This record gives sequence, structure tokens and C-alpha cells, in this order.
Amino acid sequence: MKRIQLVHLAHARSGDKGDTANVGVIAYDAAHYPLLVEQLTPERVKKHFGPMVKGDVERFELPNLNALNFLLHGALGGGGTMSLMNDAQGKVFSTALLRMEMEVPDEVAKAVAGRGLVPADWEPEVGEYV
Amino acid sequence: MNSTDRTVRVASGQGFWGDDLEAPVRQVERGPIDYLMLDYLAEVTMSIMQKQRSRDPSAGYARDFVPLMERIFPACVEKGVRVVTNAGGVNPEGCAEALVEAGRAAGVAGKAKVGLVTGDDLMDRLDELLEQGHELNNMETGAPLSEIRDQVQSANAYIGATPIVKALQKGADVVVTGRSTDTALTYGPLMHEFGWAPDDWDRIAAGVIAGHINECGAQCTGGNCMIDWWTIPHMADLGFPIVEVSSDGSFVVTKHDGTGGRVTRASVSEQILYEMGDPTDYITPDVIADFTTIQLDEVGPDRVRVHGVKGGPDTDFLKVSIAYSGGWKATGTLTYSWPDAAAKARGAARILRERLDRLGFEFDEVRTELVGWDSTHGALVGPPPADLPEVQLRIGVRSDDREAVERFTREIAPLVLTGPPSVTGFAGGRPRVQEIMAYWPALIRKEAVQPHLVVEVKDV
Repeated sequence: MKRIQLVHLAHARSGDKGDTANVGVIAYDAAHYPLLVEQLTPERVKKHFGPMVKGDVERFELPNLNALNFLLHGALGGGGTMSLMNDAQGKVFSTALLRMEMEVPDEVAKAVAGRGLVPADWEPEVGEYV
Repeated sequence: MNSTDRTVRVASGQGFWGDDLEAPVRQVERGPIDYLMLDYLAEVTMSIMQKQRSRDPSAGYARDFVPLMERIFPACVEKGVRVVTNAGGVNPEGCAEALVEAGRAAGVAGKAKVGLVTGDDLMDRLDELLEQGHELNNMETGAPLSEIRDQVQSANAYIGATPIVKALQKGADVVVTGRSTDTALTYGPLMHEFGWAPDDWDRIAAGVIAGHINECGAQCTGGNCMIDWWTIPHMADLGFPIVEVSSDGSFVVTKHDGTGGRVTRASVSEQILYEMGDPTDYITPDVIADFTTIQLDEVGPDRVRVHGVKGGPDTDFLKVSIAYSGGWKATGTLTYSWPDAAAKARGAARILRERLDRLGFEFDEVRTELVGWDSTHGALVGPPPADLPEVQLRIGVRSDDREAVERFTREIAPLVLTGPPSVTGFAGGRPRVQEIMAYWPALIRKEAVQPHLVVEVKDV
């Protein structure tokens, strides 16, 4: 088994409802969805965020989309216009969750290496506007 | 009208107030569509509009909408594209009036009808509703509205598709509403076109999903999309979504040929999960949709088919969005450079806080973040390294005392000469004091609102 970051197994999008951030996590490969279900428990996610999430973490399963939806209560400093946070609407809580460490079989770790990140040899197109 | 083999194309032209101004023009001009839906409202938008209206009685709606319609009205009339929008905000009457004028200026007088939906605004009826026993307790905290009654700035019920369908039945080419739900702007036209019965839960739920996918504009066609984002083609000319819906409620998400962006199972999935709560219980005024029943298939380049959606009966309530004055806040920034950039920034924050303390000002909250280190991932990133090349100190305060916040904004600049060294980035001037419009979600029984909804249709 190997430890890799969730960013290689899944993509995510987050948003807000009041003081609650939601993070939807979607497996890149349907075969890896069971790994997410097994390891991304509400308890582990709550522990991952530590002081960033003051309230409970709720989890919902959407097997039809190979996805999990998390509600992170009390995560947005009061939410909306009340919040003093740079990320007052929880737009990038998605990427904060993708930092989480997952334990996966060696062959999975090998197969997904680099997934989700810009390739090392990639450069922005240089042209008139760059 | 009710043929079973045709599709209705609802295009999304705006995902929020401030979205790409060219997107609706491209939707009308770059290919065939039947409806253009323009969503302008978010949780905080209504209170901003209310503030604008209190200063100018003719304001209080999405001003961008009027010059936009002046541009596209002739093409919409010529092509038979009907427009459905919640641009009306807290002043749908004023919006419709300006729209009629814009239509005349654009040369469509006598060729188009404008529909106006009112009655979602509960501000003038608030005390009457409370007296009648509608409690309007905060949905999240359970607190009674009396706690903030004097600070309330706006109160609007989220209304569904019924008045939109009525306006379309009466022949409106453009329908202007106040606080319609974002999704109703898409499924209203579908209910009208296909004649879906009000208890046809599965089809209406499918329309809600179509609306949810449409409502954030390009967020489902490659915008803000994580999947291989560096390979998404031609984002400068990003195509906005179009749902091509069949009478059975199944639909294809796509975009105009030749536009940039990408529509895939993954891009659509990301948008489906956006601002999601319990996926089996997505409550709208007209139906409860179950997002765990959605099936997605890629059926061609930039074409994703959505089918299998199930829904259930609506509830007895509408959601109410109440905005109230919640005090004042301000946020200031300064930039510190290597060496020890983070240590200098933290030192400056400590000095600033001590000065405010010595002046006797109190704040409900003071928040310090280091942009370039921890302002998005917080404690997850650990302590900053000493060789960080630079960091931006971002410090914010919140208080009921405007004077305290005002004074805070004057204490940032002095740090340049009276705090830690190698500091810059104060060219923007003093931070602005902002009034906080806090959000109070509540529920109200439908019968308190629905009889008050009015639909008018008039000629341009």
C-alpha cells in the first residue's frame, strides 16, 4: 500500500449555503470510488480540516456520479457578507480537501501518479497576449 | 405544442450579476435556441439591490439587463427567442418599465410583449405576516425574527414556475421576475412548452436538474473546471450551456459549435454538486428532486445526456430570503518581502491590534490571514517557511460600532513607517468600510404568498 493525496484520485467543487461549505468530490475513475467511500468518512474529513470546520461534517453518497458530497458546518466565519475570510464563500475548500492523504494499492498509486496536476513539461501558450 | 418528438433549447446567458456581458449575445447569435434564461440573483444580491433602491427609487434591479436587451431584443424577436430572467430583483416593476423603453429604442415596438411577475416581495407585509402567526424563524438557528426585526432591509419569498408559465401563456416574449428560484427560469419554459402537469414530479424534477446545470453559466462547460483545466480549449470564447430537453424530461447539455470550453460527464458532474445539500432532498417550490437518480452519458463531442431523474411532491412552504443590517466590516492589506516575510506580517498584525486596543475600540472579530500562505487552506499548510519570498498580510475587522471600523481603516497606512521593515503594496489607499448585509433564511406557508403573485403582460 502507498499513501497518496486525494488530488490524484478525484476532482471537486465547493460552494456555500450560509455558514456551511459544501464540497462535492468526484472520482476520476469509477473503479476508485469505493476507495473514497471507505476512506473519506465524515470523521476523517472532520479531523483533516481541524480548526477550519467548527461544526459537524455530514456526508452524502451519489454512486450514480461516483461522487460524495460533504457539508462542512461552521466553516465560513459566519458566511456571506458577515465573513472576514478571503474565501468567504468556500470556493476553494474543494482543494483543501484534495490535500487529504489516502491509502491505496501500489498499482493504483502508480497508475494515478501526476493525475490532477499540470504536467511538469507544460507551459502556457506564449503568444500575442502573454 | 405537445408533440413528443421535438426538443426545447433553453440557453443560459448569465450565471450571476456581474457575469460575462457578451455571453447572452453569443447565445442568441451563434446558433439556434428557443429560450434564453438570465440568472442575476444570489443570496446577498437582493439586499444590495434594496440598498440601491433606498437611495434611488428607480433602482433595485440588475441594471446590466436593460442595455443587454437593447442589444439583443431585435435578434430575439426575429429568431423567436424568448427571455426569462429574475433581473427584476427588488424592483421588477422598474425593471420592466426600463425594458419596455429599451425595446422601443431597439425598434421592437408593437412586435414584442413584456411579462412582469410581482408579489414575492414581503417587506411591506412583514409585520402583518408576523401578526398572523408566520414566525419566520431562522431556518438554521431557530432564532425568532423579532431579534433582528428592526434591522431587516429586504424580505422576499423564493417563487417557482407557476407565474412564469402564466406569463408565457399570455404571450410574453420577455418575462421579468423578482426572487424567482434560479432553476425555475429554466423549468418554467419547459412546463409551458410541454404542458407538464403540476404533479408530474419526475419530469419537473428533470427540469429542475436542467435548471441547476444552467444556473451558473459556464461552470458546467469548462469554466472553473478542475479536470485537466490546462487543456480546455479557447476559454477566451467560452461557450455557455444549452439544455436540449425532450418532452419526457431527458435532456442533452451542450454549447454552440465553434465556441470554447468543454462539456463532459466530469464538467457536468462538478456543476451538479455545486451548492448541494442532501442530494435526495433538493427542495424547490414545485417539486423535490432526487439528485442520486441522475444518469449521465457522453453521447457526442460536447454533448452529455441526462436522464432517469426522479422527483417527489413539493412541500407546503416557500423559502424566504431576509437580509438585515449586521454591522460593519473592513479589510486591509500590506505586502511584506523576504527575508522573514511571514514573521514581519504577523508582527505588524500584532502591533495594529495592540494600537486598536489602546484606543479602546472593540471588535466582534479580528481576522489575520497571510495571502500567499494560509488564506485558503488555513492550518492545513502548517507554519510558513522563513525563506518565503513574499506574503500579503490581510487583516479584517467586524463590529456594530462603525467608528471602530472607520478607525481601523486609518491604522493600516501608518504601519508602513511605524512597523516591521520591507513593506509595500499600499498604493490602493485606505480600505473601504462596508455595511454587512446578513442573511436570514426562513420558511413561510405557501398560502401566505401565492395569492399575492401577480402576472401582467404588456406591449413594448
